[in-house]
Amino acid sequence: MTDKDKTEKKDGKERIPRQPMPEQDPKTRVGNFDEVPLGYTPETAILEAKRCIQCKKPGCVTGCPVDVDIPGFLQRVAEGDFLGAARKIKETNCLPAVCGRVCPQEDQCEKLCILGRKWDPVAIGRLERFVADYERQAGAVEVPETPAPTGKRIAVVGAGPAGLTIAGDLVKMGHEVTIFEALHKAGGVLIYGIPEFRLPKSIVDAEVEYLRRLGVKIVTDAAIGRLKTVDDLFAEGFHAVFLGVGAGAPVFMNIPGENFSGIYSANEYLTRSNLMKAYSFPEYDTPIARGRNVAVIGGGNVAMDSVRTALRLGAENAYIIYRRTKAEMPARAEEIHHAEEEGVQFKFLTNPIEYVGDEKGWVKRMVCQRMELGEPDESGRRRPVVIKGSEFTIDIDTVVVSVGTMANPVIPMTTPGLETNRWGYIVTKDETGETTRKGVWAGGDIVTGSATVILAMGAGRKAARAIHDYVMAM
Amino acid sequence: METLHRITEKVVLSENIVKTVFEAPEIARKRRAGQFVILMIDEKGERIPLTIVDSDPVKGTLTIIYQVVGKTTDQLAQLGPGDVIGHVLGPLGHPTDVDGIGTAVCVGGGVGIGVLYPIARALKEKGTRVISIIGARTKKMLILEEESRGVSDELHVTTDDGSYGYHGFVSDVLRDLIASGTKIDRVFAIGPVPMMRVVSNVTRPHGIRTLVSLNPIMVDGTGMCGACRVTVGGKTKFTCVDGPEFDGHEVDFGLLTSRLQMYAEQEQLARDRCRCGNHDR
Repeated sequence: MTDKDKTEKKDGKERIPRQPMPEQDPKTRVGNFDEVPLGYTPETAILEAKRCIQCKKPGCVTGCPVDVDIPGFLQRVAEGDFLGAARKIKETNCLPAVCGRVCPQEDQCEKLCILGRKWDPVAIGRLERFVADYERQAGAVEVPETPAPTGKRIAVVGAGPAGLTIAGDLVKMGHEVTIFEALHKAGGVLIYGIPEFRLPKSIVDAEVEYLRRLGVKIVTDAAIGRLKTVDDLFAEGFHAVFLGVGAGAPVFMNIPGENFSGIYSANEYLTRSNLMKAYSFPEYDTPIARGRNVAVIGGGNVAMDSVRTALRLGAENAYIIYRRTKAEMPARAEEIHHAEEEGVQFKFLTNPIEYVGDEKGWVKRMVCQRMELGEPDESGRRRPVVIKGSEFTIDIDTVVVSVGTMANPVIPMTTPGLETNRWGYIVTKDETGETTRKGVWAGGDIVTGSATVILAMGAGRKAARAIHDYVMAM
Repeated sequence: METLHRITEKVVLSENIVKTVFEAPEIARKRRAGQFVILMIDEKGERIPLTIVDSDPVKGTLTIIYQVVGKTTDQLAQLGPGDVIGHVLGPLGHPTDVDGIGTAVCVGGGVGIGVLYPIARALKEKGTRVISIIGARTKKMLILEEESRGVSDELHVTTDDGSYGYHGFVSDVLRDLIASGTKIDRVFAIGPVPMMRVVSNVTRPHGIRTLVSLNPIMVDGTGMCGACRVTVGGKTKFTCVDGPEFDGHEVDFGLLTSRLQMYAEQEQLARDRCRCGNHDR
């Protein structure tokens, strides 16, 4: 998304251009873990919000998985009523400070903004972030009154985006909601996966705290499937269960040497850095390899998060090793752009086939082969094909494998009647996320495979309505 | 909302092996032999796996036995009755399969005797004939001798320096047992990596199924990160969800050893920096 700073004109009438987002300078920010975009000022926010032409049939809303009344909140921003704008968003989205930062708006609301046909779309994401931050910093976060208790108890498994969303929705309908989270902190991928420089953890904590104030109970250190099963939850008196456990198991490539020391899954690398604060070692106890030459395998957002983390941990050379080209990278354009600005070296059409270790079992080199693009595969992207005899090596001391995740089998294994597909994801009967097990719904990555925060939130919203209907009919 | 894990008892068992009993009622009710917990002392702490040695479902307590080897175990050893462990996750891993075994030899070395003891006890409860071989570097480092005797039909004790019991290694006694024609259906070997490797090598030519319990570095303990991956029979396994017990004849012990050393420098730094004030170091 470019920010045209030229004045836009139509019919001789001057228009306000899309307001750029101020950011930390790339040279400075690679030396810290602080957030990269600095946020709009109230003046910029008003200016940007005034660009919205208040369409009668707003396309932006149809592009939003949680149906935020976008023109409604933009109108309030334009009027300078930032708290009103925040409340408007929160009618359907309980995590606006998160979504304003990590949603792929360019593929959703902003993609459908009518202004985008001729000029740049309204910066909806930046404005969402602005109002959520404004409300929080003003200490003006209001907890809405919840209706009379329904007496229905709902267990939510997993405190990630899907679980937090459904918990917020259900508690606002008067149900008693308990979230069970395996880690010691709530937030799921927001807390262990997405780095501080993209989503400050204090913001996630604040959003979780808001849910607690709404009345959601959050039990951490509770591994459902081990400590108690889904059956146990029903036996304890829960009327319905929502599974939002994510696609938490890392995928490795199964190539020789992949278990050498210094080779991480992206999940481990990011969990050490984000959740365990290994970048503050030894103030925090969890260590992490501070590699000089770090290779991150993969081309998605998680790969971008990993490679930018490596730079901040002091890497002299941080590489993205991707088997296709920039055009096929699944990462958001903004993330790729930030990585480029920070000095990440992209090695496209390159695929690792073996790791070589030193005498201590630490990785020191990777053998790669060059690829070329062939015919499109089932994903529609051109399939990378090996160029024979093209092997070459790169000296590296740390590797982060970021080629995707798969379903964690613990819950399906311990829940009779819960059907999964051949990849281990939970089968749902309809778009509400109802599973083959009575009283159990599922949503987010454990149903779809790795996707986005907002899609998981959308799944949580849809399941909330269905669970409400189900428990009220009991 | 978290369960408060209050410590109810702490006993120094030997030079640097400590037993801690703490409240964790839900885990205590669910836990079975062979399973472990991940614990984190406070918000700045690291997450470390420790095998559950015993549980009391009535009192709602768990018992762990650990060797003071780094900052976290050092810090843990400083905590006494009334103190609180910040976070405890479990029970994790597959319970030990103790069904239908005629004769089992339970081989434990050092702090591994603590991990072995609940397995020996579970075997005994299932009617298995249990032969235990426990060993330590020297007499004052030997733990759980009486407890082990109580759950064994036959107990052998070894010390590397000959200060107590048989002068030699646990693997020597096992070798003698096999040579003397003792019929053995299964061997459980738990202790330092070199010990488990040697025991596996002793039983391999005789085709005696040998299970080892592995203790790699872990972070989440739920299968999410892959830090604990080990190579077993040429395949990558996650100790936290696929283990912690594996076929000793298939485990790549060399890889396990090097991965355990991954943060040796940082661990030393953290411990030096902390200087929690432990006495016998």
